[in-house]
Amino acid sequence: MTTKTQDVTVTVNGAARTLACAGTTTLLTVLRDDLLLTGAKRGCNQGVCGACTVLIDGRPMRSCLTLAANLDGAEVTTVEGLAPRGELTRVQESLLKQNAVQCGFCTSGMVMVAHDLLQRSPDPDVEEVRDALSGNLCRCSGYRALVDAVIDAATGGAA
Amino acid sequence: MSVEIPFGAVGANVAKLESAEKLTGAAQYIADLSRPNMLHAAIVQSDVAHARILGYDLTAALAVPGVSAILTGADFPDGRMGAFIKDEHAIAKDKIRYFGEPVAVVAAEDEETARAAAKLVVVDYEELPAILSPEAGLAPDAAIIHEELESYLKVFPAICDGNMASYTELSEGDIEAGFAEADVIVEGEFETAPQAHLAIEPVGALAEIDSQGRITLWSANQSVFRVQANVCESLNLPMSKLRCLTPRIGGGFGNKMEPHIQPLVVRLTQVTGRPVKLILNREEDFECVRARHPFKIRCRTGAKKDGTLVAREMDVLLDCGAFGDDSPGVLGYSLLMSRGPYRIPNVKCHGKLVYTNKIRFGAYRGFGNPQVSFAAEQQLDEIAAKLGMDPLDLREKNLLQPGDAWFGGGKVASNGLADCIAAARKASDWDSRTARPAPKGKRRGTGVALGAHISGLLGTGAIVRVLEDGSIALNTGAVDIGQGSDTVLVQMCAEALKVPVEKISLASPDTDGSPYNWGTTASRVTYTTGRAVVGASKEVEKQLKDHAAQMLECAVGDLELRPGGMVGVTGSDKEVSFHQISLRAHWGAGGPIVGHHTLVFDQPTVDPKRAIAKGLPFPQIGVYSFICTVVDTLTDEVSGKTEVDEVWTGVDVGKAINPSLVIGQMDGGFVQGMGFALCEEMVWDGPKLANPTLLDYKVPTTLDAPYRMHTTIVDAPEPDGPFGAKGAGEIGLVPVPAAIANAIASAIGNRLHSLPMKPEKVFRAMTEHDDAA
Repeated sequence: MTTKTQDVTVTVNGAARTLACAGTTTLLTVLRDDLLLTGAKRGCNQGVCGACTVLIDGRPMRSCLTLAANLDGAEVTTVEGLAPRGELTRVQESLLKQNAVQCGFCTSGMVMVAHDLLQRSPDPDVEEVRDALSGNLCRCSGYRALVDAVIDAATGGAA
Repeated sequence: MSVEIPFGAVGANVAKLESAEKLTGAAQYIADLSRPNMLHAAIVQSDVAHARILGYDLTAALAVPGVSAILTGADFPDGRMGAFIKDEHAIAKDKIRYFGEPVAVVAAEDEETARAAAKLVVVDYEELPAILSPEAGLAPDAAIIHEELESYLKVFPAICDGNMASYTELSEGDIEAGFAEADVIVEGEFETAPQAHLAIEPVGALAEIDSQGRITLWSANQSVFRVQANVCESLNLPMSKLRCLTPRIGGGFGNKMEPHIQPLVVRLTQVTGRPVKLILNREEDFECVRARHPFKIRCRTGAKKDGTLVAREMDVLLDCGAFGDDSPGVLGYSLLMSRGPYRIPNVKCHGKLVYTNKIRFGAYRGFGNPQVSFAAEQQLDEIAAKLGMDPLDLREKNLLQPGDAWFGGGKVASNGLADCIAAARKASDWDSRTARPAPKGKRRGTGVALGAHISGLLGTGAIVRVLEDGSIALNTGAVDIGQGSDTVLVQMCAEALKVPVEKISLASPDTDGSPYNWGTTASRVTYTTGRAVVGASKEVEKQLKDHAAQMLECAVGDLELRPGGMVGVTGSDKEVSFHQISLRAHWGAGGPIVGHHTLVFDQPTVDPKRAIAKGLPFPQIGVYSFICTVVDTLTDEVSGKTEVDEVWTGVDVGKAINPSLVIGQMDGGFVQGMGFALCEEMVWDGPKLANPTLLDYKVPTTLDAPYRMHTTIVDAPEPDGPFGAKGAGEIGLVPVPAAIANAIASAIGNRLHSLPMKPEKVFRAMTEHDDAA
């Protein structure tokens, strides 16, 4: 369908991108369909499941509820951009080692909120971690292993 | 009995093979795939529940620029698919059978266009009375949902009539004599709610036709082979014309085992000649895939004064929904589970499965077992209370003992249930439970339930090849839906051949190249496919040794596998590597080394000398895993809201191939079961599902799920299991609603008979009890 678009310049994972966006296009659609960054997932398209979470100017946001046209000048980090190719962040490493990942569909969103938590609070307790992850649904893990892996990432495996 | 694990790949917490890919966003799921020149599709859903289709008006929809094709029932062959009863077309043809059923499908240049055009499709209906409950379906003058039921092909001896899709009964002993012996009898009616699977990934599919008319189909699935069979049955397509593949799967829980929209994209690619992709949105996924069966259960249990159980009678009524799907299996399996893991000499149970004008109900983690356990395990607590016995002592007194057969007479070769109970009793400090304090304004309860679940069923295979450099290629056709079977199967292959996990590649399931695998369902991959992997590895070992015997000029019997891909002469340092052997096999003698093994699970479910069975599917079902789950709950005195405070589980999965993954299944199964027990409920407003969104359908979050979940894995090796292993996928969920119900009853002094145990129900039961006291 042809729709009126406007140009928006966004920095995505460190690279400036100019995108032609329709007023109703969400960031999730731009990331997945235009930039082919498919790490952010569409679980509900309603802002509930959290699988589409990315960092916008360093804060975790639902990309399915974020209109791309409002992001001119913003900095977006997706799960693909968290660590250099071939490397993992502490949280990613810990989730891997503890086998906290099951189907993986919620994982990108979980990684983003956990990453954000450890930026804000380097030594969180269990309740803080549960609270930070509470907006992201996981149907496989029962959450315990996810919480433990985040604590483990914070303590460097000392806990 | 113990199992020899000389190499150490089995029993280790190996990190899942594909985790890094999932953690960095590189993993590709169905929605992430695309093909050049691909069309996007959208479905048109019916807005009536039961109707004859009189005609379609596609004029406005076809006029939308970018629309490539619109197909209705008239454009589809008349083939019918169905796991037990072949009662379902690829899309509604002539008739609508539930609200939201796909009635047309649009392909366009992009998804937005396809969805916009779908809204313009007009369907003319002649409405029929909607049957919205099994009771209504059984009424003498009920409208008939499947007029041709009698003539449908069925894969088991189905007893059906009118809207009754299946009737099943199973009995052992003499039920009248049993109850005549009883000093205490409890009787009650129980009801469970429909539950949505809610894999976070909605379903989708992508099909592409080649110039010979052969089609490749990627889809969210639990079995590429079931996808192939279902699509080919519904579209009258030879199976050789369809190749099915799988991307990563974003959770299944039963929802992706049987077909969803795969036949639609296959027909669209046939008609348009272009690749076509269709991804359902969350609402569509809720409305037109499948859900857990609501059960109505009448249960009666009798015991002697000393607590000996003597009789159990159970009568179940299942809402089938509009199509048979896996429902006859769920009915039969729930009856097989109705006795539980106990010695009860006289058991009689029967059930009816009734078509209604609702979404098809189907396979869902537990397969009818959590529903019947909700009734049966509560009645054990009621009997214990009447006799003044400890609920766990009553269970132990009546426990199925090693060597005892399952209800119906099926063999139970390994049974670690007593150890499961001991582990959970100790870990939960069961005997101190009444002394545990509760925070102000809350009532603490402790409850227990036992469970058993099969792993097994049907055909499976594995192919193991030794590549030229001595590394190993494993191919099984089993789809990993996130639970970790890829990793577990590679661990078993590594152990059998004593090579590091890193030296083994695993092929992605492909109906062109993988050996048959019925599916990732029935907790079966570790057990059945694992057996095939071990068998194929043994075949490879034999071929390696045949070569080595000639290369080292010794007898085959003197050779041993050595860690790291070597074959050596026992007691000597003479050895050759897999690499050297494989070079010889490829270039010199014998031919490339390929081992394969296939099997079909063949232990009978019923012993006709012990039991009478009618209309029971699954003549050969599986081996048994066991569980004991204890929960502590806190119920709010003001709202009735109940939270689970702590959980202790003892589980017998034979031998844990990867303990961390087994614990992942127990944790995940618990929380999904807790959602089923406390908050999840699909609600209909007349014929229409009223809450098909995540805003209105509540699943547990980190704040609802207990953090303190403790699992003890008990070793009870299955003699024919791979390294002793049995299944772990479903059993963690099975006892959960019952254990929570028993905990709530202990906290509030009153018992709930229906799921979910929402705050208002608990509050009412609590006040009723308090007022009476």
